[in-house]
Amino acid sequence: MSLRYLGKRILLLLAVMWTAASINFLIPKLSPRDPIKERLEQAAMMGGRNQTGLQAMTDAYSQQYGLGEPLWKQYLHALLKVVQFDYGYSISQYPRTVNSVIKDALPWTLGLGITSILIAFFIGTMLGALLGWPRSPRWLRAFVPASMLTSAVPAFVLGFLLIYLFAFQLRIFPLAGAYSRTATPEWSLTFIADVAQHAILPALALILFQLGGQALQMRGLMVMTTGEDFITFADAKGLRPRRIFSRYAVRNALLPQVTGLVMSLGTFIFSTVLVETLFSYPGLGNLINSSIQVLDYNLLYGITMILVFAVCIATLVVDLIYPLLDPRIRYEGR
Amino acid sequence: MSAPASQASSPTRPPGASPVLSVRDLRVEYSTDSGVVKAVNGISFDLMPGEKLGLVGESGSGKSTVALALMRMIRPPGRISGGQMLLQGKDLVPLPERTMRQMRAREIAMIPQGAMNSLNPVARIEDQIIDTLEDHATERRSKKVLLDLARSALESVGLRREVGRMYPHELSGGMKQRACIAIAVAMRPKVVIADEPTSALDVVVQRQVMDTILRLQDELGVAVILIGHDMGLMAQSVDRLAVMYAGKLAEVSPIREIFAEPLHPYTDLLIDSLPKLEDRGTFRGIPGLPPSLKSLPPGCLFHPRCPKVMDICRQEIPEYLELRPQQFVACHLHEERHDRAAD
Ligand SMILES: Nc1ncnc2c1ncn2[C@@H]1O[C@H](COP(=O)(O)OP(=O)(O)OP(=O)(O)O)[C@@H](O)[C@H]1O
Ligand code: SF4
Ligand SMILES: [Mg+2]
Repeated sequence: MSLRYLGKRILLLLAVMWTAASINFLIPKLSPRDPIKERLEQAAMMGGRNQTGLQAMTDAYSQQYGLGEPLWKQYLHALLKVVQFDYGYSISQYPRTVNSVIKDALPWTLGLGITSILIAFFIGTMLGALLGWPRSPRWLRAFVPASMLTSAVPAFVLGFLLIYLFAFQLRIFPLAGAYSRTATPEWSLTFIADVAQHAILPALALILFQLGGQALQMRGLMVMTTGEDFITFADAKGLRPRRIFSRYAVRNALLPQVTGLVMSLGTFIFSTVLVETLFSYPGLGNLINSSIQVLDYNLLYGITMILVFAVCIATLVVDLIYPLLDPRIRYEGR
Repeated sequence: MSAPASQASSPTRPPGASPVLSVRDLRVEYSTDSGVVKAVNGISFDLMPGEKLGLVGESGSGKSTVALALMRMIRPPGRISGGQMLLQGKDLVPLPERTMRQMRAREIAMIPQGAMNSLNPVARIEDQIIDTLEDHATERRSKKVLLDLARSALESVGLRREVGRMYPHELSGGMKQRACIAIAVAMRPKVVIADEPTSALDVVVQRQVMDTILRLQDELGVAVILIGHDMGLMAQSVDRLAVMYAGKLAEVSPIREIFAEPLHPYTDLLIDSLPKLEDRGTFRGIPGLPPSLKSLPPGCLFHPRCPKVMDICRQEIPEYLELRPQQFVACHLHEERHDRAAD
């Protein structure tokens, strides 16, 4: 691993962040809607207040949020925000800053998302490895159509089914939220148990969706790998089937499987947004959804940039540990 | 159907020695959507201890299938559908997979055809040798002992001990094939099957690798089945040559005899198709195509291409007979002679 390679990767990361920041900045600008005006109008309608002065107020607020400035200035400003990790005030939850809103939601998403994706990856990969192994028992094959089914049904539809079955009909798990209204957040066993109980259904929806895909992908990779010459030769060496399975077949099929995991991060985040919304889970996903509805550009911008950053970091981390998995990859920087 | 008499004596074989491997009427079929492929269609031969037997034939004639069958490594949709493979008198065909696994590498080993991809890309060479040593070990040996054994095995095929630390991608094609050879003979097997061990290498390296195999063969006294379609290479390397055509053995003869007086018209054509000094570079193939293994022609499988075809060839399958000691052929041209000799 050379510093030069690391430098290249970080430059690439910056380029991705810059592109994402630009797109994120531009797309909302294409919308004809005006978040401040809409909010004020809403308030005016609800309060039955006088409509006069609405435009003046809109302009004043726009100024405050930096929305009245010329586009290029706003753009530079937006880039600066990314660099400083400071996205200003939330429009919908004023006077809270975007950072503080995100800080409250982030742990929930990380907890739910990372746990789900890791569980899905490990179980899916192991299941797929067994499914693609010629010596596996036949009954295992029943998992192939099952995997196809769960990976074909979007995570939020799975979530609906789970809610209906386990929360609504059987009432084993709570319908929504991250913890009971009556519970106070603290580091106690009862609270942790409460959180776990609330997390099971949304996590299950995410896991089931991801797991099927991971299993099918690994199965395909295993079938390909077991057709390789080095597996035939391993057989000819009279190795124990267990060793051939783990050290020859799985070990090699794992390489593209890990790459695939990184590629699927985007889809996974998208699913998390929908599932969180469905379960009113107080994470980033839910927040994205609500910030789109109320056109909280600042918040939306902050969250998307955090997510893009997270994906970039995850990719970088996998890239850096990849040479440990595959001796053929060396970042000599030559 | 007379099986070859294994007790027949000859100058190259000490009288009374018993073959290390006897194959009798071996059959392998692949079931495909469009029918059953009889890839190996009843072949019989003996392999003496320390003997070098060549196996030649056109592409698709079933050579690799024979090799895999001997290793009991035919995978679905293929299966061994009949016959016996007696390794030191013990039939491998009915052995449970668990027992057969222990025979591989220890009793009967294979040098793979595609050396380029036959090594595990993510494991060090020495670890790949140690895997073999460990999975056949009868007692526990320390890592140090195993490492030393592995590196010595590399030395025995002309590689430096340090090569053990390397990964396959750091080795040249010739080095990889040597490493494979080191792995194949690490357990001192009685029989080694080398399926076109040099086909992916350039000519100079081919020669070197071939020399390594032959030197090891000599040192270890292991019997070798060398598969290929290079008659020239065979002439320099083996004691006896088996000629395969469409899943059957056409002829098996000592290498000298087969070049001096080929018995089967197909062997004749094979030798004839060798590039000669005067017309170097022009490789004359054998006219016509081998039959489809799904719908075999009646009579002699070679009759559609045979220049000496007779009426009987189109109807009756020629018997595989030991025409002279150590010389087997399946051709109607020689049946009469055999009958006369038998009288
Ligand atoms: N897995 C398989 N499924 C179906 N048919 C097969 C399979 N493997 C081999 N065959 C068929 O068996 C026949 C013999 O194949 P084999 O690989 O043994 O030939 P070969 O003599 O080794 O040829 P080559 O010189 O090209 O290596 C061929 O007709 C081939 O099509
Ligand atoms: S049996 Fe007949 S067709 Fe077959 S090789 Fe002999 S002469 Fe030719
Ligand atoms: Mg072959």
